[in-house]
Amino acid sequence: MDVVVEAVIKIVIVFGVVLTCLAYLALFERKILGWIQLRYGPNRVGPWGLLQPLADLLKFLFKEDVRPATPNPILFSVAPILSLVPALMTYAVIPFGDRIELFGREITLYITSVNVGLLYLFALSGLGVYGIVLAGWASNSKYSLLGGLRSAAQLISYELTLTLSVIGVLIQAGSLDLIAIVRAQSGTYFGLIPKWHIFWYQPLGFLLFFIAAVAETNRVPFDLPEAETELVAGYHTEYSATKFAMFYVAEYANILAVSALATTLFLGGWNGPGVERLPLLGVFYFAMKTAVFLFIYIWLRATLPRFRYDQLMRFGWKVLLPLAFANIVFSAAMATTA
Amino acid sequence: MAESEVLLEVERSPLAATMMVNMGPQHPSTHGVLRLVLTLDGERVVEAKPDIGYLHTGMEKLAEHKKYQHVITITDRTDYLNAMGNNLGYVLAVEKMLGVEIPPRAQVIRVLMAELQRIASHLVWIGTHGLDLGAMSLFFYAFAEREKILQLFEAVSGGRLTPSYLRIGGVMADLPDGFTARVLDFCREFPRALDEFDKLLTNNPIFRMRTEGVGRLSAEDAIRWGVTGPSLRASGVPYDLRRVHPYSGYETYDFEVATRTEGDVYARYLVRVQEMRESLKIIRQAVEKLPPGPVKCDDPRVSLPPREKMLTQMDALIYHFLLTAEGIKVPPGEVYVAVESPRGELGYYIVSDGGPRPYRVHIRAPSFANVQALPLMVRGQLIADVVAVIASIDIVLGEIDR
Repeated sequence: MDVVVEAVIKIVIVFGVVLTCLAYLALFERKILGWIQLRYGPNRVGPWGLLQPLADLLKFLFKEDVRPATPNPILFSVAPILSLVPALMTYAVIPFGDRIELFGREITLYITSVNVGLLYLFALSGLGVYGIVLAGWASNSKYSLLGGLRSAAQLISYELTLTLSVIGVLIQAGSLDLIAIVRAQSGTYFGLIPKWHIFWYQPLGFLLFFIAAVAETNRVPFDLPEAETELVAGYHTEYSATKFAMFYVAEYANILAVSALATTLFLGGWNGPGVERLPLLGVFYFAMKTAVFLFIYIWLRATLPRFRYDQLMRFGWKVLLPLAFANIVFSAAMATTA
Repeated sequence: MAESEVLLEVERSPLAATMMVNMGPQHPSTHGVLRLVLTLDGERVVEAKPDIGYLHTGMEKLAEHKKYQHVITITDRTDYLNAMGNNLGYVLAVEKMLGVEIPPRAQVIRVLMAELQRIASHLVWIGTHGLDLGAMSLFFYAFAEREKILQLFEAVSGGRLTPSYLRIGGVMADLPDGFTARVLDFCREFPRALDEFDKLLTNNPIFRMRTEGVGRLSAEDAIRWGVTGPSLRASGVPYDLRRVHPYSGYETYDFEVATRTEGDVYARYLVRVQEMRESLKIIRQAVEKLPPGPVKCDDPRVSLPPREKMLTQMDALIYHFLLTAEGIKVPPGEVYVAVESPRGELGYYIVSDGGPRPYRVHIRAPSFANVQALPLMVRGQLIADVVAVIASIDIVLGEIDR
């Protein structure tokens, strides 16, 4: 019974925090874009624009839900849910910290530990494609259809690289369990360099993972599915109100999840000085490392132009994929000689 | 089922090989209200048909109902990114019919304004070009620079987008105090912004992948379709009216005609960026050689007498009355004068019947001719390239539809 109560409380806390973070991630992005582009960003609602997410939420809820004349009204409504739910489910296995003592109980700072945690994550990210493809198809609009098809092709191509780039980490950590992977990265070499995977054998793996992750989350320079200057808004052109908000939240949920995953796999997760004595500090380290990724995401968006569709495919299959294979061979060789 | 009916069925089926997509008139990257009817095979363009006319406001017809000096404000609104240049083309045409002599100071001020306007127009182009290809921040940087030029225009004329600064026989008023210093400040700061654009776009591998070899236009095709301006020069034809048929004293300025030979989107990009640097050169020279003197000719047929004289001398009062009540009487005849706008050859063809209003005004809009070559440039390209090509020919719908 206690276990169930503990799990429910943790789920509520994690999702509360994650959803709040997502709302403020949108504000963070708009603020940073504003600064990079010589403007202020949102600053009308609340002090420093801090209530902007709330205003946006209210706006989305009260907008008219326009449904196009589509032969598939059910699919049209299901698609945003299909893309949001897998994005949120990823947070179940992400380890935000180690374990703490509270009320005489040992409480882990993650919802659950799955021994095939990574497989679970990749399975979920594969499911997210359905939402986008169905949205494009059910919208009964040419722009949406093109956006949905582009998306499917892009996600499938880059998922290969995303998955393969992680295998080097698996070889080194010897486990698919995310908690074991983080534990493998504790400690330092020569008391100076942290034993994070990004520093030890996996810088290429990290780079591949990061590029593929940007593509996987449909962000600049790989934001073709929703290239607004070509396809209006891509797969979610016809969506409005709450359904549009779901796609919006799903996109940010994916970005946050992928950043958290990159932190876990390559940047040592919660590891940092003083974590052994004060495990709650680990959550702070984790958040800071993830924030760095989020900033890089936004920075890319502010700076780079967009790839063309065929160039994107060529880059994925002819550059990233061979490099990912090379990285696996390299990692395996290092593991056997070590 | 007869064979023809079967074929009809195949065409109607959703699996038919081609798909029709309407790009515009409400589309974020058709630069206004251009409508393109695209026939797509997958993402590849089989055919593109530009459909224009959504911004038609009847400006040429309207000009027939206005006095000569009032048409200037209409020209501002045709190519709204090149208001000073439009003014220049129009007043040059009317002045040619009247045969009036323009004081040297006014000539230099006109060149100064036209070149500032060229930079402002190219800044809008580079910003939207970047935006169309996904580089969003550049748009803001370009507009921040353009803002400085608009403030200069505001200082001389009170207007920003539509200054209506030029007059038949000169310019509206002399430059305000400290204006040349502000222009020189701009000339000093602007190269730094250009260098920054170079970092963000010119040398950006993604940008080059998107633009090199895309939307090629050969020199022969460009000439055949009447393409002018940077789009023509990027195809290797060094045709620049400022050099070929100089007006307003352009022959006395030292500048290069930027030319490339590739004829693709990237070449057109490089030509325009180079043109901004050349315009800066011209602006510096103009500031240097700015002579003292009047800014309006003293021909009583076209310019109002000074207020002092109008209040004290009888003949000045009469001229003043005639000019405001009747307008400028242009001798009968017809004239065609072309200037180099940021988009190409901007021509004004004016027919006069001797009255104070033009009998006919036709504007040879460069964008109108340039957009005709669009289907040729995008045939066989991807839909993403269409966006890049439209941005690269830098159309302004205001002057296409007029």
